[in-house]
Order: sequence, then structure tokens, then C-alpha cells
Amino acid sequence: MTVVTAAAEPRPTIADHTTLLPGDEPVRILGTDQASTIDSGLVRGLYRQLVLGRRFNRQVTALTKQGRLAVYPSTTGQEACQVGAAAVLGPQDWLFPTYRDTLSVVLRGVDPVETLTLLRGDWHTGYDSRVHRVAPLCTPLATHCPHAVGLAHAARLRGDDVVTLALVGDGATSEGDFHEALNFAAVYQSPTVFFVQNNRYAISVPLSKQTAAPSLAHKGIGYGIPGVLVDGNDVLAVHTVLTEAMERARAGGGPTLVEALTYRIDAHTNADDATRYRTDDEVAFWQERDPVTLLERHLRETGMLDSDTERRARDAAEEMAADLRTRLGVDATPDPMDLFRHVYAEQTPQLREQQTRLAAELAAESELAGGGQ
Amino acid sequence: MSGSTTMARALNTALRDAMRADPTVHVFGEDVGQLGGVFRITDGLAAEFGEDRCADTPLAEAGILGTAVGMAMYGLRPVVEMQFDAFAYPAFEQLVDHVAKMRNRTRGNLPMPITIRVPYGGGIGGVEHHSDSSEAYYVHTPGLHVVSSATVADAYGLLRQSIASDDPVIFLEPKRLYWTREDWAPQAPVEPIGRAVVRRSGTSVVLVTYGQTVPVCMEAAALAQADGRDVSVIDLRSLVPFDEETVYAAVRRAGRAVVVHEASGFAGVGAEIAARISENCFHHLEAPVLRVTGFDVPYPPPMLERHHLPGTDRVLDAIERLQWADDIERAWHAVSA
Ligand SMILES: Cc1ncc(C[n+]2csc(CCOP(=O)(O)OP(=O)(O)O)c2C)c(N)n1
Ligand SMILES: [Mg+2]
Repeated sequence: MTVVTAAAEPRPTIADHTTLLPGDEPVRILGTDQASTIDSGLVRGLYRQLVLGRRFNRQVTALTKQGRLAVYPSTTGQEACQVGAAAVLGPQDWLFPTYRDTLSVVLRGVDPVETLTLLRGDWHTGYDSRVHRVAPLCTPLATHCPHAVGLAHAARLRGDDVVTLALVGDGATSEGDFHEALNFAAVYQSPTVFFVQNNRYAISVPLSKQTAAPSLAHKGIGYGIPGVLVDGNDVLAVHTVLTEAMERARAGGGPTLVEALTYRIDAHTNADDATRYRTDDEVAFWQERDPVTLLERHLRETGMLDSDTERRARDAAEEMAADLRTRLGVDATPDPMDLFRHVYAEQTPQLREQQTRLAAELAAESELAGGGQ
Repeated sequence: MSGSTTMARALNTALRDAMRADPTVHVFGEDVGQLGGVFRITDGLAAEFGEDRCADTPLAEAGILGTAVGMAMYGLRPVVEMQFDAFAYPAFEQLVDHVAKMRNRTRGNLPMPITIRVPYGGGIGGVEHHSDSSEAYYVHTPGLHVVSSATVADAYGLLRQSIASDDPVIFLEPKRLYWTREDWAPQAPVEPIGRAVVRRSGTSVVLVTYGQTVPVCMEAAALAQADGRDVSVIDLRSLVPFDEETVYAAVRRAGRAVVVHEASGFAGVGAEIAARISENCFHHLEAPVLRVTGFDVPYPPPMLERHHLPGTDRVLDAIERLQWADDIERAWHAVSA
């Protein structure tokens, strides 16, 4: 019998494994000396995006209340995560968002109306994923995580420099697909960054019922993936940590699991009644740690927030909001024939027949409507 | 809408009564505890019975159903909630390989008295993955009972029967009908699962349906009556077992049948029923059995769903295509004129 020695495989020793563990405290930059070392152009850019992001959430929420969207899962309070995620992607990288991550998709450069078709209800995915390198907004929880691994793996097999960033919620880390994705990423050493926005709740279920782990970032070590814990309301920290993870992946260092501690200020969606499961005090506590206010405070204290910077940020946000009101304020007119167009590359005879039937129904309907005039 | 009670409330009462009557009944799933479920079907259960009896689980459907299997092996009677139709799919492996097969592979030693509640179907303006009608997957899996309620009274009765059943039951809740009201007071169920009900009796055509499309068929039947067609509506209530007796008796009498459901038609429940009617009532049929179903497409986005959902017009149209003698006469006159 041959004895296989562990030396054949370059594995970290047990002692090395501790480097996979997150720190006891989340990484913070705002309010520390490190804050002043960050490029002021970058900081101002992140500020503009935060202001824009907050305005986006407010405007889309308002439009939803007016019945212009079917539903809106808001990221109010999580804008630092959304901004950070979009900002660290290179043009060739891919973003894998959930239903909640419309803001990061918009900040990635996708047209807001195209981004929101899912929630407006005129089509599922409104943008071209390949053009923008943004996967469809994913609703079945964590099921997009293996996709992010697969795409990164494929790119590496082809010798392309592509990193994938998978966004996922705290609740979704309980799903099997999340764990399978981590394991595949680790075994393949695929250039994938998993970014958990821990906003404390999965609809009504608090994190304490979701996991007994010391943190979600601790879930990395079991797969051999480094876990990093970051203050998700500190945009500088989020940006720094994600940048490091992306660079590591790009350099062939494999996947990273980043957990951002944040909070969902709004209800799960407009259809949810959050008073059933959380207190006003808790919400007020987190409003004190608002990501936009935190950065604003820093900018003021360091004299970086001149009135011009502030005004230009607000103007850009208002312009975006006005555009949203104009373009989402009218009824969408999706074509009923779209039901049949994209089910297969080539339509089955049965579908063709069904399409003909619907077309005939609609023709008869409009004839009836026309006949009444 | 008139009536004292919603279907949602009747389901809630059924769970409460079942939990009071039987301490082995345990309810669990996503958001079913403090929130009372996203549709409030489990409202107040955690408060009354404690978290051991009505529990929020981690967010993992395979885990929910897999632990239900273990609990059932130990003699408990789990009632689990899948939050929406399409979110039951991660549990499919547990369902097909274990829940459905356990009794058979253990020669009856390990029954699986598990109730799996699944809000199903569309018509509520839900975005992607919130409106599937997934019954065909379930009915095709031997070992599972599959039921669906269409009235407030049945919601209560069928859910109580499902929980009492020693076999696994997929309990499909027509979410579009959650807020329909009826005057109703809880009544202990008398019949076992598996009995269809004639909602409306007529002599010229039978509409066979269940769940979401029962009200559609009732409305179509009333409209057809005005056109001189005397229409029966059969609410199957249970897809597995399938109540052949009730269906065949009505079809033999009328000679014409249309099967109506919201799910896609191809290889759907309607195909099975139409085939069985053809096999068993052939000599009584005046026309081929027709189906009115959703199209064979992924469920459309909210703004397009009305084009997909079978409505009264499509049902009436199918009724008119059933080769009526007066049509034939009319056609004959047209040709000979
Ligand atoms: C597989 C699956 N199960 C259930 C749901 C229903 N659902 C939608 S969002 C949600 C909570 C998700 O919580 P989390 O992952 O923390 O993300 P958050 O919404 O807080 O951003 C649930 C249970 C779903 N979308 N997919
Ligand atoms: Mg969450």
C-alpha cells in the first residue's frame, strides 16, 4: 500500500487556517486615521453615488406607492453596499445581483427603466446581460451563486481576466446553493467574490434564527475561503475590502467571502409590515448609523464637502429622479406576443398554434372595441 | 365582498384546530412564526402554541422538508409551508426521493404524515417566480396526495383532512382566492380526501376544474346558461386520489366535457383527466374532451398575465366548440341554402 503524503498537495497548515477567519470587529475606515489616506477623488465619487442611491430608493418607493411598480424591495440604509459593489467592478467583470440589488445594477451603468422592468412588471429581465455583464436579478434565493462561480470558472478556462461578484442576503446564506457555490469556488479557485449584505432580517426572520455561527463571514473557513467582516454602512470600508477581494481573485488568489453588517431601513418590500417583527427603537438606532450621513459627516469634518460638491451631487440625483418620474410615470405597453417569442430558440408547433390563437383573440377584442365607436 | 370569513382565515382556523386536537402537529417554515406567514395563514399560532409548535426555520426549503421527514419518522405530524409555489423547488429532491417513497420502500414501516402547504397560481400581479402552478410535477410523483381548495369551507375541511392523513399531502392554496369570503362556521370534516364535488349541476356539458379556476368556471356556467347551455361544474378538490365516479357519472349524463386549469396544458393535469374520460366514457361522448389551460410558456410578468390566464371567454369559447347539434343543423342549412 502506498502512503500518500499530504505534501503532494500544497495546503495551508492548520495554523494558516486562522488567516481565513474574519476579525472580531468589522473593518471600519470612517472615523479612523485611515480615512484620510483614501484618494479624495474616489471619496467624492462615492459620495455622489450615495446621494444618487438614496434618491433612487426614495423615488422608486414613491413611484411604487403610486402604483407604477408592482413591488419594490428597497435598499434604503444599504446604499454603501450597493455603491461599493458597483464601484469595484472592472468593465469586463460580472455582477450577479438579487431582486434587492437594482441600485447596484443602475450604478453599474444599466438604464434604470431597463433595470426595473422586473418590478414594474412589463418583462422579467429588461437589460442585456451580456452587454452590461450583469446577470438577471435573481429571486430564487442563492440560486445565482453557483452561476457566478461557473461564469468565473469559464472565463478562467478561456484565459480571460474576469472576476464575478455575487450579491446575496443574510437569509439566503442558509440555502444549499450558497454552500455548494462556496465549495465549488474554493475547489476551482474561481475568481469569485461573495458579498453578503447582512441586513439582519430575511423578511421577518432575524439573523439569530438563521445561523448559530459567530458571523456569516465565518462560513468561509469550512470551505477554505477567507471570510472578511466589514461595516456595511461605511462606504470607504466596503469599497476597500471589496477592492482587495476583487484584486486577490484577479491575481489568482481564489474566492473571498465578504460579510457587510448593515440594515434594511424600509420594510422587506412595500407589501410588508415590518412593525410586526421589529421595534422603532431598532430602526432609529440604525438611522443613527445611516451610510449617507456617516460619509457626509466625514466630508464635513475634513473640509471636503464644499457647497459646490454637495450641490452637484444633489442636482445629479434630482435629474435622475425626474427622469425616473417621466419615464416610469407612463404606462408600459408590453406586447402580448412576447409570451411566445423567447420560450425556445425555435418555436414548437404547439406554441405557434397558441400564439395564433391569442393573436386572433386580441384582434377580435380590438374589433369589438372599435365597433363601439 | 360579502360573507363572514376569508379563505385565509379558514386555513388559519384549520391549523389552530388541528394543533389543539393533536399535540404531534408541528407547523414550521419561513416567516410562519412572529409574522404569521407572508399571507398570514399562520397568524397567532406561535403566540398560542409556542415556538416549539410553530417555528420560523432557517431559509432553506430542502432543510425544511428534510427535517420534516426526520420528525415524521419519530412520530410527529409536520405541517410545512413553502412560501410560494416556485420556492418549493429546492425541496424537490427531498419530496420525490424521500417524502413520496418512504412508505413504499419501508413496506409501510415509515409512513410520512406530512402536509406541505403551497400557495400556488397567479392572478395577483406577482413578479417572476411567484405565480407558478406546479401541480403536474406533484401529481406525477407516486406516493403524494395532491389537493386544492376553492371555497372557504373546503379550505378548512381539506386542510384538516390533509393533516390527519397518514400519507404526505401537497396542499395547494389558490392564493388568488385567499381573500374571498363566505359565511362559514368551522365544521369537523366528514369525508376523507379524494371526493370531488358538483358545484353546479347541468345536463349539457361538464366543466371539470379545481382550485383557482373554480370561480372562473362558475361564472362561465352562469353566462352559458343565458345562451341555453345547461352546464355542470365539478370541483375536483383532490387531484390524487382522483374521484372518477363523480366525474364519469356527470360526463356520461351530459356527453360533453371541458377540463379547465391555470397550469400549462402540455402534459398537465387536464391531459390525464381528458384521457381518462375518453377511455371510460367514450360511448357517451358527443364531442372530444377539450382543455382550457394556461399557455405552454413560463408564467408571464404581471402586465401580461391576463393574456395567459384562462378566463370565462376562453371557457365559453371551448363550450361552443363542442359540436352542438344546433350548430350542425345551422351548418347544414348554410350549405344546402
Ligand atoms: C428559494 C426561495 N425561498 C423563498 C423565497 C421568498 N423570499 C424572498 S426574499 C426572502 C428573504 C430573503 O432574505 P435575505 O436573504 O436576508 O435577503 P434580503 O431580502 O434581506 O435582502 C424570502 C424568504 C425566495 N425568494 N426564494
Ligand atoms: Mg436580509
